[in-house]
Amino acid sequence: MFVRFLELIGASVLELLYFVGDVMLLFIEAVRQVPIKIRVRHVVNQMSHLGVDSLPIVSLTLTFTGMVMTLQIANEFIKMGAESTVGGIVAIAIGRELGPVLVGVVAAGRVGSAMTAEISTMKVTEQIDALRVMGTNPTGYLVVPRMLACMIMIPVLTIYGDLIGVLGGWLVAKYYAGISTYVYVDSISHYVVLKDMVGGLIKAVFFGAVTATLGCYYGMKAPDGAEGVGKATTRSVVSAIVVIFMLNVILSMFLY
Amino acid sequence: MIRLVDICKAYNGKVVLDNINLEIADGETLAIIGGSGSGKSTLLRLMIGLIKPTSGQIWLGNDDIAAMNEQELDNIRLHMGMVFQYSALFDSMSVGDNVAFGLREHTDYDEEKIMNIVREKLELVGLPGTEGMMPDELSGGMKKRVSLARAIAFNPEIIFYDEPSSGLDPIMTEKIDELIISTQKKLGVTSVVVTHDMGSAVKIANRIAMIHEGELIAVDRVDRFRRINEPRVRAFLRDLYINEEAQA
Repeated sequence: MFVRFLELIGASVLELLYFVGDVMLLFIEAVRQVPIKIRVRHVVNQMSHLGVDSLPIVSLTLTFTGMVMTLQIANEFIKMGAESTVGGIVAIAIGRELGPVLVGVVAAGRVGSAMTAEISTMKVTEQIDALRVMGTNPTGYLVVPRMLACMIMIPVLTIYGDLIGVLGGWLVAKYYAGISTYVYVDSISHYVVLKDMVGGLIKAVFFGAVTATLGCYYGMKAPDGAEGVGKATTRSVVSAIVVIFMLNVILSMFLY
Repeated sequence: MIRLVDICKAYNGKVVLDNINLEIADGETLAIIGGSGSGKSTLLRLMIGLIKPTSGQIWLGNDDIAAMNEQELDNIRLHMGMVFQYSALFDSMSVGDNVAFGLREHTDYDEEKIMNIVREKLELVGLPGTEGMMPDELSGGMKKRVSLARAIAFNPEIIFYDEPSSGLDPIMTEKIDELIISTQKKLGVTSVVVTHDMGSAVKIANRIAMIHEGELIAVDRVDRFRRINEPRVRAFLRDLYINEEAQA
């Protein structure tokens, strides 16, 4: 019984190591392909798809997050006479953690899933084999543009999300908690330093790489059939979100 | 010349191809026939380097493609074309972009020259003026023909066909057979056709090879293949005779 239990643990660890190794190999292959050929038109298409099309969902997510956060802290801070810190705390929390993480999660759900579905369908219909037969490296053609687009656009979306989140916080601070605009803005300029925002953007670059690598990896490894495509898409989103949360803790340790 | 030497392929210990030795001469059309799951498509994918053999060598001229890495294979594949079983057209691109794909990826031709080649190849497969259409607007037979136009866009020396008549009605099957023959005549390419359709194989090929449960059980010129007195080959030929009698 105990031996069986140990065997199960061993098998799970091995499976996890295979998975991590496989994903890392795909990432390294993509990095290796970058200097060979960058298809600028494809990168721009992916950036448009990822960036412009994600604006509404990023706006909604970060506005409400900024609002609810201010809602939770404003009254308590006013009681303690610390209303002059509300803007700064909201901006730091959003800039360092909530902005990049939420944009990363939104991108994993919206863009990572689309990547997996598209690439796995291409695999099932032999389009990836067709690329190879025509002497085109599928990693260079499919993964590199998506990875570059994610690593550029998720930080851009994070900057936008940070601004929108702080704006949402201001709405609640001013019209619900009665904190003046001057106090809110002054608090931000007093407490927030460049490092807070830059750290968040560095995280966003990593989250972009995670979203694209896992999205493409699950697409390329998808089992045949409609069920396989569905399963691969779900796994891609779940894995990306889990990795983003884990990576966020590690990056926060090093960046701040 | 394509030369397969002692090719074995196994998946998770299950042998799919066992000790295959086969030679295909330049300019020849070889049909590989066999039932479902016999390993014929695996053999085709080995020849184009999409999968590696478990053991053995695959010689294309003086190059053993079984020993090549993906980058070396990419260069070799520029001399090959493939028509996939389900066409494998890029569904996000128009017919013209599909045919132009390899030219845009691997040449520095200007757009005018590329489009001239695209129009020429589409005309060759009997689909002039379709370059603006999307793959989902095409019938199964038209998709196969676009797939062939894409395969020959780069003027390959070898064309591989994976079940070219699969899913097509008898009239369209006949058209595709004629297209394979005319392409071979016009371009002088080496053709390897994997099919389960004995009628097509007899019509288009110079030689036929039969795979049964991973073994190459017969390979011969078409006229001699028809006289082979091997029960598994005879069973496969039975349908052909029934069709020929019906036509007579």
